[in-house]
Amino acid sequence: MLSKSNIFLRGITDVLPHMLSVVPFGIITGAIGIELGFDPILVYATSLIIFGGASQIIFMQLLSGGASSLVAITSVGVINSRHLLYGAVLSEYLEKLSFIKRLLISYFVVDQGFAESNKFIKKNNTQNNLHYHVLGGGITLWFFWQISTISGIILGSFIPEQLGLKFAIPLTFLAVVVNDLRKLDHIFVMLVSGFVSLILYNAPFKSYIILSPIIALFAAFIMLRIIR
Amino acid sequence: MTWFSIIMSGIVTYLSRMTMIALIDREMLGDKVKEVLNYVPAAVFPAIIFPGVFINDIGQMVEPTDPKIYGAIVALIVGFYSKNVIATILSGLLSYWFIIFFI
Repeated sequence: MLSKSNIFLRGITDVLPHMLSVVPFGIITGAIGIELGFDPILVYATSLIIFGGASQIIFMQLLSGGASSLVAITSVGVINSRHLLYGAVLSEYLEKLSFIKRLLISYFVVDQGFAESNKFIKKNNTQNNLHYHVLGGGITLWFFWQISTISGIILGSFIPEQLGLKFAIPLTFLAVVVNDLRKLDHIFVMLVSGFVSLILYNAPFKSYIILSPIIALFAAFIMLRIIR
Repeated sequence: MTWFSIIMSGIVTYLSRMTMIALIDREMLGDKVKEVLNYVPAAVFPAIIFPGVFINDIGQMVEPTDPKIYGAIVALIVGFYSKNVIATILSGLLSYWFIIFFI
């Protein structure tokens, strides 16, 4: 049986490799906010209050482009609604926690943290205190995100644009799912999600981010019915 | 007005994280739903990966010879065999840089 601090530490070390993409992305996010002409305090507030990578950039771009608050808020809501799916998966392992603890841990549920915790939990599902992995990963990602966006706000975009570091984002998620390419059913679901996202890419409010997963999960549902 | 937008966006985002964890009772989800939830990573992440590789900054499909496609293929192969996150990301980035700077 692993101790709480061991599981917490595993959470930290499991998300650390993702800093290769999180840190440059955070710097770019902070720098874009300043370039768009926002007050540094406001740019940082998006990291602290929204705490959601791509949604922060789109939020600031929309507002600076003259979109209404309603459009900006709706876009953030649509982009971040995928967390509902992460929550649905993790809730099984968090349901024994007190209501207050569940409210606190929710703030730290982010993409890479969910991905790594989900892997860890599947392999160690007989352990107790698995939520310490979610916390260890989530707090680490939170910390690096805050520091890197602050760096971008202060130093500007000191990463040369020619490097194309935005490409690190798809790579970080590729690293998360690549192991599931050993399973045909997962490959099928991934292909549905990927192709649908390309078809729906220009749909309003960046809704492809949530519509593609929903359609892929529906395809998974149909697939499971046919296999049996 | 911007503070209002940031705080509202923060509330909406927090609700998306918190609803399923703190408000919804798992008993309410049927067995079939729970089974489908196994596919959440496979359903969510390709919707971030595919546009990141196949769509350019102005929202159009890239050429079949785009360096990002080769970078992604290298990362895919390295990731599949190494099962290592750092190796996957670095191999993709390095091969991408090799193509855009040297070829």
